[in-house]
Amino acid sequence: MTLLITVFAAVIATVKWYNREDDNMKLGILCFLYWGAAIMWLVDALFEYAELGMEYFRPAAADMLNDAFLGLSVVALGLVIWLVRLLITDPKGSVRRALKKD
Amino acid sequence: MACFLVSAAEAVVVTAVEKAEEKKEKKPEEIRPEGVAETRIPLSRKLKWLTWMLWGGAALLAFEHIWHGEVVPWFPFLTAMSDPADKAAMFHEMATVGVCMAGLITLVWVGMCLAADRIANRPEPEAEGGRS
Repeated sequence: MTLLITVFAAVIATVKWYNREDDNMKLGILCFLYWGAAIMWLVDALFEYAELGMEYFRPAAADMLNDAFLGLSVVALGLVIWLVRLLITDPKGSVRRALKKD
Repeated sequence: MACFLVSAAEAVVVTAVEKAEEKKEKKPEEIRPEGVAETRIPLSRKLKWLTWMLWGGAALLAFEHIWHGEVVPWFPFLTAMSDPADKAAMFHEMATVGVCMAGLITLVWVGMCLAADRIANRPEPEAEGGRS
């Protein structure tokens, strides 16, 4: 479930990046962040599948719910990392302008 | 258990290489004659893609390990380190899952670089309304 949610986040971020008007939002970073995590979870899933076999596709409801909660938390953490970097690098100069304002 | 540490270690090395490459690339750019089109994507830019994937993946997986109680905020930070049997399992996981994770990310990055070079050298697409 965590892998699935991360892949969806990566795909949405990539589509948004492809349709960007300019590079001010630095969406590429968000794409790399999610794709990196998705690839790593894919490997984790493959090893788990090799160990559990078909049982891997029949998780308990409680485990699925916990994994979904974790997946959403991971997406939120990725967004926070991206947002903090965006505000620090301030490519559009919005933060600098706001700070200079009287 | 601690598979993300392999990607984090690779990320440290790649970040150092990327910074060195960036410095090296800045020099010829200053003496490059005007009007010379750059068709190749600089290696430092490509390395930046890899560092973002490795750091991003390692950070988000570290969060998952905190979630599952495998990483704690006190020494030795990894719960598996306190038991010899768990420690051996952790090192085994790092050597198998961790290495595969870092390897697959690097492999995907190599594919991305090859594709990016080809796309960058592709002629501009025709204007809207042209033949598809």
